[in-house]
Order: sequence, then C-alpha cells, then structure tokens
Amino acid sequence: MSALTRVVGSGLHRRWLQTVVITLATAAAVTSGVLGLGLLVASNAPFEHAFAAQHGAHLTVQADPAKVSADQLSATADVPGVEEATGPFRTAQVMVFPGLPPGATAVPEGAHGPVLTVVARTAAGSGIDRLSLTEGRWATEPDEVVMAAGGDFRVPVGDELVMGEGADAREVTVVGLVRSVSATADAWMTAEGLAALDASSRGYEMLYRLDDASSAARIADAREALGAALPEGAVASARSWLTVKHAANDRTSLFVPILLMFGGLSLLLSVLIVGTVVAGAVGSTVRRIGILKALGFTPAEVVRAYVAQALVPAAAGALVGVAAGNLVAVPLLADTEDLYGTVALTIAPWVDVVALVGVLAVVTLTASAAAGRAGRLSSVDALAVGRTPTARRGQRAARVAARLPLPRPVTLGLARPFSAPARTAAMVLAVAFGAAAVTLATGLATSLNRVQVAADHSAADVFVNGVEGGPLGARVVPKRGTEPAIRPKAPDPDRVAAVLESQPGTAHWLGYRETDISVPGLTGESSLVEYTANPGWVGYELVSGRWFSRPGEAVVPTELLRSTDREIGDTLTLTRDGESLALTIVGEVFDPGDNDGLVLTQARSGTTLTDWMVGVTGGTDPTTYADALQQHLDALDLTAHVDGPDGADELVVVIDALAGLLTLMLVTVAGLGILNAVVLDVRDRVHDIGIHKALGMTPRQTLTSVLSSVMSIGLVGGLVGVPAGVVLHGILLPAMARGAGVELPRVVLTVYGPVLLTAFVLGGLLLAVGGALLPAGWAARTRTATALRTE
Amino acid sequence: MATPLIELDAVTRRYDGGPPALDEVSLTVDHGEAVAVLGPSGSGKSTLLNLVAGLDRPTSGTVTVDGTRIDTLGEAASARYRRASVGLVFQFFNLLDDLTVFDNVVLPAQLAGASRAETTRRANDLLGALGIDRHARAYPGRLSGGERQRVAVARALMNRPALLLADEPTGALDTASGADVRRLLTDLYADGQTIVLVTHDRTLAAECATRTVEVVDGRIASDVALATPRAARR
Repeated sequence: MSALTRVVGSGLHRRWLQTVVITLATAAAVTSGVLGLGLLVASNAPFEHAFAAQHGAHLTVQADPAKVSADQLSATADVPGVEEATGPFRTAQVMVFPGLPPGATAVPEGAHGPVLTVVARTAAGSGIDRLSLTEGRWATEPDEVVMAAGGDFRVPVGDELVMGEGADAREVTVVGLVRSVSATADAWMTAEGLAALDASSRGYEMLYRLDDASSAARIADAREALGAALPEGAVASARSWLTVKHAANDRTSLFVPILLMFGGLSLLLSVLIVGTVVAGAVGSTVRRIGILKALGFTPAEVVRAYVAQALVPAAAGALVGVAAGNLVAVPLLADTEDLYGTVALTIAPWVDVVALVGVLAVVTLTASAAAGRAGRLSSVDALAVGRTPTARRGQRAARVAARLPLPRPVTLGLARPFSAPARTAAMVLAVAFGAAAVTLATGLATSLNRVQVAADHSAADVFVNGVEGGPLGARVVPKRGTEPAIRPKAPDPDRVAAVLESQPGTAHWLGYRETDISVPGLTGESSLVEYTANPGWVGYELVSGRWFSRPGEAVVPTELLRSTDREIGDTLTLTRDGESLALTIVGEVFDPGDNDGLVLTQARSGTTLTDWMVGVTGGTDPTTYADALQQHLDALDLTAHVDGPDGADELVVVIDALAGLLTLMLVTVAGLGILNAVVLDVRDRVHDIGIHKALGMTPRQTLTSVLSSVMSIGLVGGLVGVPAGVVLHGILLPAMARGAGVELPRVVLTVYGPVLLTAFVLGGLLLAVGGALLPAGWAARTRTATALRTE
Repeated sequence: MATPLIELDAVTRRYDGGPPALDEVSLTVDHGEAVAVLGPSGSGKSTLLNLVAGLDRPTSGTVTVDGTRIDTLGEAASARYRRASVGLVFQFFNLLDDLTVFDNVVLPAQLAGASRAETTRRANDLLGALGIDRHARAYPGRLSGGERQRVAVARALMNRPALLLADEPTGALDTASGADVRRLLTDLYADGQTIVLVTHDRTLAAECATRTVEVVDGRIASDVALATPRAARR
C-alpha cells in the first residue's frame, strides 16, 4: 500500500464524521441536482417533446360518413403534403353521465351531461397519436371505456359511467386512463362498444402528419388539399396541432417558470453546499497537511491526497444521490406530467451523468483549491495552526456578549459566529437559501391555489338545483361548462330563499341563471350568468373595478375585454334569444384559460332562477347540511348536493405536492450545509470546549452554547432569506402571469401575512438549530479529558 | 482523626485494554496539604490528576473528594463538582484567547450562576492579589507566560475551591516566570489552600510541596513528607 493510499485511508477513517457529512451532502446535492436538471429538461418545451414522443397528429380531421367512405379516407394518405396518415377511426358524440344514483335504473328524465367525442380504437396504438396509458388497461370489451387523463370530465378507473341518452343509455366501466397529447378524443372504446351506443352524431376521424406543419398557412394548404381529394362536404371539421399546442402552452405557461426556478435553485444550492462542505473539510486539516509536508510530501502529493480523501466519500454519496434522485423523480415527474399534460417524463441518462460528473468536478475543484492553499504554506506555519495563539477574530463581539444579561453559555455561543466570518457567511447563506425556498414555495403554492380557486369558482359547499332522483355521482369533478348540467325547472325563488335563509348553518347563498348569449367580436359559446348577489365568495376574484350592484351592470373576464376591445365603463351589447341587452362593464374578473365568453351580471327582480349555491358556516358539515336542507327542498322539487371528497382540484394537489417535495429537498440540503459547518466549528474549538468543561460547564450548558452559536445565524439567515423569497415571489408571479397573458387579482399576489413571515423567519432559526443539533450533542457528550487532549 | 480531602482507594485506570496507566493506587491528601506528584513522562501522574479532577473515571477503585465519590458521577455532576470544589491550572494555561483576562477569570463563576456583582468583586480581588489587575482588559495572547499562568491561577481560585490541582504549572515557562509561579503556589499554601501539583520538576516539588508522591509505571514508588515548603521557609 502506497504512502498516499495510507494517508487517504487513515484520513477517511479518523475523520469519519466529516466523511459521513461529505457523503450525505454529496448525496443530497446529487439528488437535488438530478431532480433540478430533470425538471429543467421536463420544462423545456413540454408539449413539443410529448408531441414528438406520441408521434402526434399535425391535423385531426372529422369526416361525415354520409358523404365519404372509409376507403376514400384511407386513400388520402397519398395526398401531396401528407407524410403519414392513420385511420379512419369510427367516432361518435355521446352524452355521458357519471353513474346512476343509488337505486335508480335509468338516467333521470330531463338530466343531461357533457357530450364527449368517443373514438373506436383497438389499442393504444401505433402510427400517429400513440396514446400513453397512465393507469389501468385498454378497453377490450364493448362495455369498457378508456378516458382521457387530466381532461375536464374526470372519472377514476373502476367507476361506471352511463353513456348515451334515454332508454338506449348503457352502463360502461372505466378500465383505463390515457393521455393523448394531440387531444384526438375524450374517450376510447372498442368498435363494437361504440356501435352499440346511442350517439347524437357519428363520424370518422383521420389523423395526419404533414411534410411541413410549421405554420398555420402550411397546415391550411394541407387541409385544402385533403378537402379537394374528398367528396364535397366530407370534412366536417379539422383541427391543427398548432391550436392544440397553443391551448397546452396556455395551460402550462403558469407552471413552467415555477419548476424552472425550483430546478435552478436546486442546482445552485447543490453546488454551494458541496463546495462549502469540501472546502471546509479540507481547510480544517491544515495542521495534518503540515505534518505530511514535514514528512516529505510534496504540495502536489498533498493536493492529490486531499482530493482523493474528498472524492472517495463524494463518489459514494453521488452514486447514492443518483439512485435517490431517480427514485424521488418518479412521483415528481408523474406530478409534472399531470401539470403539463405530457407523457413519459423520465430522467434521461445524460442527466444522471451530468449531475454525477458535475458534482464530482465541484468536489475536485474545491478540494484542490483548499488543499493547494494549505499545501503552499510552509510546514512550520501549517504545523503552528491551532497550536499558537493567533490574532483572534471576534474578540470585541465576545466582550460585548459577555456583558449581556443572559446565561454565560448563551453569550459564549452568541459571540462565536464573529470568530469565523467566512464560515458564518456560508451558514447564513445556506439558511437564507432554505428560508427563501420555503417562503417562495409556500407563496407560489398559495398563489396557485388561489388561482385555481378563482379560476374554478368552486368555493361553494352545497348546490341546489332541479334534478329528479338525486345527485348524479359525487366523485366526478365537473368543470364550468361541462358539468352534468341540470335541465332547469322553475321553482319559486322566494320560497327557495326562505328555505336557505332559515336553514341553520347557512353562511352565504345566491341564486343564478345561466343562459346562452352571443357577444359581438366573440366566436364560440358565450353565456350570461345572472346572480341574485355578488358571487365573490364563490371564488371569483376581481382584477380591477368593482362588483355589479344593480341590474344593467356587468363584470367580465380579462379575455373578453381584450377580445371585444372594451374597458371598464364601456357598454357591452349582447344578444339573448334575439333580444339585445346593453350592460355597463363595471369590473374585470379573473377567469383564466376559459376561452368562452362569460358575462356576470345582477339578476333583475323576477328572473327565473335555476340554480343556487350555498356556503356553510365554519364547523358545519356540508353533507349533513345538504341532507337537512333536502327535507325542505323536496316540496320545491329541488335537490341539494355536495361536491364529493374527491372534489379537491387535482391540479392544486399536484402543485402542493410538487412545491412540498421540492421545498423539503432544498431545506434538507440547506440543513446538511449547516450540519457540516457546525461539525467543522465544533471540531475547531473542541479544545476550547474542553476548557469550558474543565471549568465546570455541564453537558447541557455545552449544548446550549453550541446551539446559541447558530441561533443568530439562523435568525439572520431567515431575515435575509424570507424577504428574498417574498421579493422573488413578487417578481416571478407577475412575470408568469404576463407569460400566460392574464392579469392576476390582488388576492393571488398578496399571500404573505405578518404571522406567516414571522413563522418563516423563525423557521430559519429552526433550520439552523436542527442542523446543529447533532454536532452540539456530540460536543456535549465529549469527555473533558478527550477534548482537552484534542488539537 | 479528620477525614482526608482526597482519598483514592485501589484505583486502576486502563486505556483501551492496554497496560494500566495507574495500577491499584491508594492515596490520601489532607486538608491544607501541598502534595507534589512526581514521575517521568508516561508514569501515570497526569492520569491521577485527571481522576481527582473528575475529568476521567477509574477502571476500578474509588475516588472520594471532600466526602463525595466522584468516580461514579456523570458528566453534568462532574462539571458541578469541578465548579464547586476544584480549581485547575494547566501546563499550557488553557486560557480562552477570545476572552479578556477578566472574562477568563470570571468564567467559572458565571457558569456556576453567581451574581454579577459578587463575581466582579471576587475577580478584581484576585487580579489585584496576583498582581495582574492592570491586564484585566487585555487578551491572553498579549501576556507573558508567567502572567498567563497567574491568570490561570486566578481563574482556578475564582469559585474558592477546596482543592487546587496544577498540572506541570511551570512546564511551559522560562526560569523567571517559573520562579514567579512557584512563589505564588507557596503563598497559596501558606494561606491554607490544599494543592496537588503534578510535575517532573523536583525543584518545584521541593519548593512548593509539604509532601512528594513519586509515581512510576502507574504505581506509587515513594511517598515522602516534607516539613514545610522550602520557599515558605525562606
């Protein structure tokens, strides 16, 4: 065994705690590096990558079977400009209900649900639009259906649906969830299953990839060529991949910057922690380096020895980190897939390699620099380190602290950070990073939660409307515009109001009616919602202006203002059932991602209301409330129902999970940085600790002293990190909103209160104390004689 | 017959299963005695001092100081014992370089929770008595070896310990400073302070001790009583 190997081996063995810390810090850094880099990669053009992975359709054409045959459609594969074609698939527009109420044998008369596009396919597919099965399996029997994952109409695998209307409606079982990046359908069945459905309309679907699909004009050319190759009127509709891409990017534009930021923070923190851990570990062994030099080691050999001493545990930690990073990435990327609506996100092998090599390069560089500096010291100087009194830093702080009216172990600790300013700065930075990460993550998660609440307007607890046979399946989470809408009845609004007012547990309520309208300048569906009262408590948030206070005033979303080139104060003229209505716009409401026109207004007296929403008082169980309310509603032919336990927005859960996981990781890495710094500090002053103990300092006083030494660091780190997190939140969120083309309401932007901020600052202190606990315990337990002998 | 201040009974101390650093040593020290423990390097004299100071525990045997079995004390109780009963003086002073002389001296009293006024009065008295009051605001790094050792003695006496333990107190000092410390120890003895000092310096032992105990290979080779310290006789 060479002298160098022996030196490395004995160094690793003797400084085992340092070895363990380097291993842990590297493992944490590589874990966060793999995740950070993985997220950066996943957030780079997620739609484009998923589209390429699924071999997505540039053009999805719906054809009318009355005017074109399957063979004619198949022949379009040879149309100039078409690179590849798949299909035709049989399609049907089918009304869907989320299961029958208990005891019911048929869909209640008068009820109607969303109409979904169902496509007959025998498998997830080859060719174009290779669907990714995210859960369950493909449909093989006629009474089985596979649903689009992450769609508006969400049903868990294993649940039953009712498809079709009236007597021909059939119960089918959801056997799988798939993701189609090209959004070619809402559901898929076998051809037999589709044929057996009662459909409002039927057709063919053809999927095309084009030679050139880079612009709307090129795609329009291809569409024209296809239309020309088919009989007149055969193409019922055609959708470009650019439309799908635009919608997907609209949806993800809020989330991409957050994940990019978390990924970047993770990488930065990994480099910072590994750098300080290794530099500190090598820097604390200057005297040993002096001995080695005195024995004849050259500076180059010293550097090699200490680089190897750092690289051995770092390499072990890096391998553990790669494994851990890939494991943690499974749920993280699954959440990211849900968020982005993409598929098959995995950690690419090159990410592992880059994280591993990158961290080891950082270790090599920092160890070389620290050992090189120590190696350049003369042997005498290096040997003198720790043995001779030096001009000590922090003497003034020690003198001031000694006068503080606090127990002496505390004041001894409080003065400590001033005697090692570089190490203190690194610790403050680590705590600040952790505190900033927690502040930012919590802020972003809260903001995004509020965005979701505001976008979904789903704060009501109980819904009242006129469906016979009870609520239709509580587990389905409906979205506005696709909810299993209830064909309206016309109950007496005054009687409903009296029932709601008198029901114990009612906090807020309002009645409303939604009707179809047309708005000049807007294409597609638009609706007018007339409320009996301001619907702010339901979750709608104003961006600017005020709520309507009388009939004739309206509040509209930002998108509608832009599309119609209107401002607050302008008059909006819309048409309902051929009748013109002029409304004055008094407010701008936050309603992102909804491309339909939406106009909210005050209901006139005598308006026929169809629906009511109720918010219950704190402590009131909505289900119990709804049951009690139902007894009074039976006479009015109305039903009260509640969003089920799965009613929480999936996206909110995903955002919370992502933010929580990433924050935990950043805090862990920051905590390890503190742990290492305190280990080094305790090791540096173990002799002083021995003196304290010899003079009568008890283990508890030693623990107090060491923990006090990091308290001010934690507090300062918190005081630096928390405002930094708040500032970052203030910069990042509006930037994200601008990217997504929305104006954010104040409630989304102002998420930090004094209590929360104080808690975060104290969190910095807790982080520091948590990181210092292990070495502080070690210092407290060290035998006095051992400590006094240690140099 | 008065109870001895220190009583070691068949004390053995082994490190990591090796040969005993102290082997079945029995020793008593009375109140007011000044005992010099002599012996070559590695003989076990510092181990003996550590056991009496409660810094270490015997492998077997008992150590009793002022009626208290200290070989059975935990770390916290040992610390409280040292605070109350023992003053320690080390060869290399073991002063805390980032604290002023005054702050070094008052530290044992502060750890014991003594009042600020009482602590300040006692520290000023000690610094004055030991002739280092002009250095109260200085840092130890600026003092001579002899002055540093005086600071260490002042710190050791801060809590009025029954026992002063000194480990090679002149070992790191030049001749003049060594003589200075010898005089200081003799004066303390004359004031009734019980002292146990570990040294291989026979001159120090002869000048400051009323009794010499020689330890060789972990055993007491001789135990000789002297009438009065030589320095005190002059």
